[in-house]
Amino acid sequence: MKQGISLIVNGEARTVDVEPTELLLDVLREKLGVKGPKFACDTGTCGACTVLLNGKSVRSCMILAVEVDGQEIMTVEGFSRNELTPLQESFVEHSSFQCGFCASGMTMVAVELLNKNPDPTKEEVKEAISGNLCRCTGYHSIVQGILGAARKIT
Amino acid sequence: MISASDFNYLKPENLNEAVKIKGEKGAAAIVLAGGGEIINRLRSGEATAETVIDLKGIGELGEIAIDKDILNIGALVTFSDILDSETIRNQFPLLWETAAAIGSVSVRNRAGEPYRDSAPALLVYDAMVMIQGPGGKNEISLSDWFIDPKKCVLADDQIVTGIKIPRPAEEYGACYLKLKRYDGQDFGQASVAIMALADKQYRIAFGSVGPLPIRAEKIEALLAGKDLDEKLIQEAVKLVPEEISPQTDIRATAEYREHMSGVMLKRGLRAAAARLTKGGPDYGTRLI
Repeated sequence: MKQGISLIVNGEARTVDVEPTELLLDVLREKLGVKGPKFACDTGTCGACTVLLNGKSVRSCMILAVEVDGQEIMTVEGFSRNELTPLQESFVEHSSFQCGFCASGMTMVAVELLNKNPDPTKEEVKEAISGNLCRCTGYHSIVQGILGAARKIT
Repeated sequence: MISASDFNYLKPENLNEAVKIKGEKGAAAIVLAGGGEIINRLRSGEATAETVIDLKGIGELGEIAIDKDILNIGALVTFSDILDSETIRNQFPLLWETAAAIGSVSVRNRAGEPYRDSAPALLVYDAMVMIQGPGGKNEISLSDWFIDPKKCVLADDQIVTGIKIPRPAEEYGACYLKLKRYDGQDFGQASVAIMALADKQYRIAFGSVGPLPIRAEKIEALLAGKDLDEKLIQEAVKLVPEEISPQTDIRATAEYREHMSGVMLKRGLRAAAARLTKGGPDYGTRLI
């Protein structure tokens, strides 16, 4: 049976009717038009669907939409509205991504890391992105991109 | 849609209400906390439900509290909460070291189940699972908890409300080691939790090397009352094949699991003994 939920998506109050069986990822993409989080492994393994829930990174394919009623979601769209942030600038400078499919999820875990720890070590960066798969880069350029962002903000 | 069949979603605001609903609906209701396991089981069709009871409206289940020498961890506490707890880091470092090795950040932000990779540490702490049902509250030792890889002793009308961990009476050094296929989010190919107590007793448990997590009683008996030296450690490693029954699957072969369990026991015993005397690598240091 459909039920209405209210949530804040990228700073904007939204309401939407959902079935209890619907996943947060599907509701974001198909009902709210937020296409940043990607559908990939569908088992919580790859990290492509990562969003921030109340500031913490989570897998939106592992959460029912009804579970987040009244809560705050941030996706890559909400992270930069007008211009590139230092993290995005650094990703560009380091050519961090190739196909870009993992970029949205990688960005969200990097945002969480840098919020918590603005000056991480290389090991801490690797640990932070360890749940996000990238099939193009071998991760080096992404790690360098996040370390470069840390140098810009500290 | 994650499930072919519809289910209702209920989010009770207190524990009594949740217990009442689960008591009435029994197996037709599934309890949801972090969701890491349940969502995938609903998706695969391995589990079905008429009702999903979300516990996340019950604030008291999100608490970490220490009462005398007993640590209480509510059913909603995540591995990230455990890593952020100074009390756990200082007083239950083996649990902290285990939490750091679970999944990845975005898994730990949500998950907290006493299962798979976390079971060996909880076994050596002699953890109790707290449950509640129509018959009232009960506590079950984790060593009696697992029946087979997909089953535990929890009755259909009961809810897990948390875990209780008694602080060992003696000072201890400990070590958790988890072997993975690659340096990312992965379930263990093999894991071991080791505790070396000041009275020369040892507690050891293995994970992912048998149908259930195993307390290594023969090795514990061999080591009991003795100081660890390299000769004794080698004797302990020789007993590993008698304790575990690994299988071959997509993560590793049985032979590799058995060999590496011995290597991990050796390194873990050395680290636990060194940590007991305030030496050794810091908790959280990778030893494998």
